[in-house]
Amino acid sequence: MLYNQPNPLEVRILSRRFGLPNSHTIETYLATDGYKALEKAMGMTQDEIINEVKASGLRGRGGAGFPTGMKWSFVPRQSPKPKYIMVNADESEPGTCKDRLLIEYDPHQMIEGILIAGLAVGAEQGYIYIRGEYRYLIDIVDRAIDEACARGFLGDNVMGRGKKFHLATHSGAGAYECGEESALLESFEGKRGVPRIRPPFPAVAGAYQSPTVLNNVETFCSVPPIILQGGAYFAGLGTPKNGGTRFFCLSGHINKPGVYELPMGFNLMRMINEVGGGMRNGKKLKAVIPGGSSCPVLKADECDLAMDFDTLAKANSMLGSGGVVVMDEDTCMVKAALRIMRFYAHESCGWCIPCREGTTWLRKLLTRFHEGQGTRSDIILIGDLARNMLGRTFCPLGDAAALPTISIVEKFTDEFEAHLNGEPCPYDKTSRLVTA
Amino acid sequence: MADLVKFTIDGRELEVPAGTLVIEAAKHAGIEIPSFCYYEGYSLQAACRMCLVEVEKMPKMQVACTLPVAPGMVVRTDTPQVANARKYTLEFLLTNHPLDCPVCDKGGECELQDMVFRYGAGESRFTETKIHVDEQQWSPVVFYDAPRCILCFRCVRACDEGMGVGALGVVNRGAVSLIAPNEGDHLNCDECGQCIDICPVGALTSGAYRYQTRPWEMEHIGTICTHCSNGCKTTLGVRNDVVIRGNNRDRSGINGEFLCIKGRYAFDFNDNPERVTSPMIRVDGKLVETSWSKALAAIAEKFNAFKGPNRKFGIIGSNHTTNEENYYLQKFARQCLGTNNIDHHRTGDVVTLVDSLSGTTGQLATTQDFYDRKAFLIIGADLAIQQPFLSFQIRANKRHHDAKIFVVTPAPVREDEYAVKSVRKSAGAELEALAELREALAAQPDLVILFNDSIKGAAIRDLVAFGQSLGIPVKYCPLVDYSNSRGAIDMGLVPELLPGYQASGATGMTVEEMRKATHMDALWVIGANPLKAGPLAAKFAFVVVQDMFMTETAQRADVLLPAGSAYEKNGTVTNVCGEIQRQKRAISTIGAKPDLEIIGLIAKEMGFAPQMGPWLPDIVYNEIRRTVKGYDIPLAMVSMGAQQTMPVNGRVGVESRPDLIWSAHDNLFTSGTLGRYSKILNSVIEKRSDPGSDWSHSGGDLNSPDKEETVRQ
Repeated sequence: MLYNQPNPLEVRILSRRFGLPNSHTIETYLATDGYKALEKAMGMTQDEIINEVKASGLRGRGGAGFPTGMKWSFVPRQSPKPKYIMVNADESEPGTCKDRLLIEYDPHQMIEGILIAGLAVGAEQGYIYIRGEYRYLIDIVDRAIDEACARGFLGDNVMGRGKKFHLATHSGAGAYECGEESALLESFEGKRGVPRIRPPFPAVAGAYQSPTVLNNVETFCSVPPIILQGGAYFAGLGTPKNGGTRFFCLSGHINKPGVYELPMGFNLMRMINEVGGGMRNGKKLKAVIPGGSSCPVLKADECDLAMDFDTLAKANSMLGSGGVVVMDEDTCMVKAALRIMRFYAHESCGWCIPCREGTTWLRKLLTRFHEGQGTRSDIILIGDLARNMLGRTFCPLGDAAALPTISIVEKFTDEFEAHLNGEPCPYDKTSRLVTA
Repeated sequence: MADLVKFTIDGRELEVPAGTLVIEAAKHAGIEIPSFCYYEGYSLQAACRMCLVEVEKMPKMQVACTLPVAPGMVVRTDTPQVANARKYTLEFLLTNHPLDCPVCDKGGECELQDMVFRYGAGESRFTETKIHVDEQQWSPVVFYDAPRCILCFRCVRACDEGMGVGALGVVNRGAVSLIAPNEGDHLNCDECGQCIDICPVGALTSGAYRYQTRPWEMEHIGTICTHCSNGCKTTLGVRNDVVIRGNNRDRSGINGEFLCIKGRYAFDFNDNPERVTSPMIRVDGKLVETSWSKALAAIAEKFNAFKGPNRKFGIIGSNHTTNEENYYLQKFARQCLGTNNIDHHRTGDVVTLVDSLSGTTGQLATTQDFYDRKAFLIIGADLAIQQPFLSFQIRANKRHHDAKIFVVTPAPVREDEYAVKSVRKSAGAELEALAELREALAAQPDLVILFNDSIKGAAIRDLVAFGQSLGIPVKYCPLVDYSNSRGAIDMGLVPELLPGYQASGATGMTVEEMRKATHMDALWVIGANPLKAGPLAAKFAFVVVQDMFMTETAQRADVLLPAGSAYEKNGTVTNVCGEIQRQKRAISTIGAKPDLEIIGLIAKEMGFAPQMGPWLPDIVYNEIRRTVKGYDIPLAMVSMGAQQTMPVNGRVGVESRPDLIWSAHDNLFTSGTLGRYSKILNSVIEKRSDPGSDWSHSGGDLNSPDKEETVRQ
């Protein structure tokens, strides 16, 4: 994937090597402070590392936004079983494409973050679970691991300091569900990719029922700058409780779609207009999915807000995985809801009833509705079915399917009503939302 | 005893052991929390989402099946939100369910029907197209109708965790997920049918039962399976005097819900068209039908002529007939016919074990012990194949209590997979492995040692000496073959022993001696097939046979009497663990009579009715109680469930005859002579042995002896 032109408003911490020649090689990495954070962390105690991460206000970049330092502190210090570091590189959330850049352009930054996490919790083995479709990234990471081994950053004697750490990649097999941490672990262990009952959480019983730190790629990539420049520095980049910068993946009907590293709390309207270059063809903004397809959509008039976990939660949406999908006035919201539901019906793992049956029902209903065969009671039914899934499913996939649906049917009821005349979709002539 | 925790459910304060799941705690309080995927004894799934309850201070509803009770927890199952969740989860479930209840085997006893009736909506809002998948046949026993499947994964767990087979899995994802068999389009498994009975809906149906009846048309009679020695209770579904189904869904009986293919389906010998339905008498060298009175008169005349000390009168009893029949038979032989020539096919050396345990702290194990005790030493037997219920108990024990299992067998067995240690020794040489196991065994808190017919006579004394030297409580189980193999020994169906292991003090002929003697005056065979081993040497012996089928032995009969099957009579049987249980008559049959009645009628015809007393099972049982050591258990208690006969205390006055002890080593799909007449067992065997069949069994014979000596740790 080609890296888009950077924007002057960006604060390039994690992406600072993007665009450098051969940025993925260890030579470039070492020439730009590479593995210095690891060296510093080697001189720190486990508590010191974890406290630094806590102080940074770093929250999980996968979507849930759980404080990373706290997660690490849940790993028991003494364990009869080996501990593992697991990297969630199963980036599959529609609208999200940041981890692939972090891996493609700066794999060593991730590896260094993994190594520091290993020091923090006392793990000697790490695994990177990479989405199967990212085949080319596996090669990049494998090459980076080889380089790190050759230079003594990985292996039986890391940096000659007597510590062990080994790292390997593991390919996913094409299931969105395996981005959910417990399903990822099942898949990693060679089983069917369905989520596990929690508790116990991975920190206590993860891979092979052993204590496991499981974080997103971007989370691990944030660690070296935190260690090198201090947690306080990183925290200061964002808003209170939302430390650091964040990768936002701008897509949709804007002039400059791309992945941009912006401080947490960056205003969404500014993001669209100043970073994303404004709406394409001068169209009016209709709606924004602020953090990947699992998040409730925001109407145009709700978009003047700070993009951090807490502000979006207050707006009844989510910051999610940073996938900002911008939709203009020509977008058919029924079709948008259908497109989202097709994804979730396809990706539902089938483990629990509400998600398995609910997503398929909604997909069929929305298809029929979009074709002009809907009834007024179907509008109520769409919301009802989504609400009957919400909070009742085994894992968050059910909620992820329900939340955008509920928000669309509630905020754009008029568009649903416009489909009731027995004719095909009124927007279809102009809608530019690509269907798959 | 775990600490007690107080919590509140629907306004009622309850106290339950810490760690109890809310769904279980509610059940004990009489509050139903509906569920499909939760199944006691198997791993938790939290997949069906039917058991959502409200818990105070928790923002979202919680699944009661994975939530342990916490002190002070306040649970509500009776709120509108909970009712709503149940109703609409059911609505989701029904979207792709075909609702073909009128033609579904499960209709009337379907958990989905019951749930929708109680918690569901009266109407559906689903107007889209349902997903359809064609029905598949996976084996002679198992059919899968995917659209009915609600994906609760009970079958997957029953097969994997319960049976240790793991023949079922899940393929695809989302709404098109399917249960799939292990061999692509068919199953390679034990054919136990657990998956079918545990299925809450009609997705898995049985080749033996499907489309036979509506459930409410059947009567249900709980009796004991007549095949192997484990003594599983099987509840027979009977319609118009035909057994249509066997299961044990109410979990009454020692086996709970467990049944193997024999207990669940192999009652079908009962309706085999080859059943002998009329007495037959040999006229001009041929067996022709006759009346009971003529047959009995002919027998009485000959028996009266051949009874007494100077005649050679031989009697061979059965491993399947009831204790009452066996007791009555040996009494008749010894007291009326004046002969001690009475024997049966001995399948395990119970006698030596009983003798060597006397005066020690060693005891006989119960079937419950197989679930409760901490460690097991399996010697010789391929338990999963030959003693399926005991194997099931040990697996459950391993799963729930982490029991430690040690295996010494000639060939690989299923238990190897979860054994602490498996040692390969050829049959008869198993005890050589004891030395290397001693230390590990002695470290266990207690132990059950079970062994098959390869350990007999002196080897048992060595084994008991070893067990008693471990310094831990040890129980023993001598494995035997059939439903009343144990009872036959207990009731003295051997020349050297009277009932209750009392030495008879007299000599008598054994089965082989009777068969091979060139002169016998009379041979009376009750429910056995000794001539399968070879022809009767005594060409002019008068042979009376009581049997259900024209076996090799029956073909040699001068008078053949049609015997009732185990499912056509009342009485008691004693299982491999010495547990006595009641067999109940499920059907009445025209033509055949129970063996007890036949023996009584012969005795009456011979003029011995006063000595023998009535041939009513309960009256005979009361005589057994009074006279047979160990059997003084009131019938009322036996009726309530299995009771172990008191382990005999005191030496047995005679040595057993190890040379006469051999097990038929039946596998899951054979059952001695009886198994030959079961259509379902034969159909499985045929499917597996036919190389042209798509279902040919690729894994080799389940019982194939593999003498390679390997040690696996």
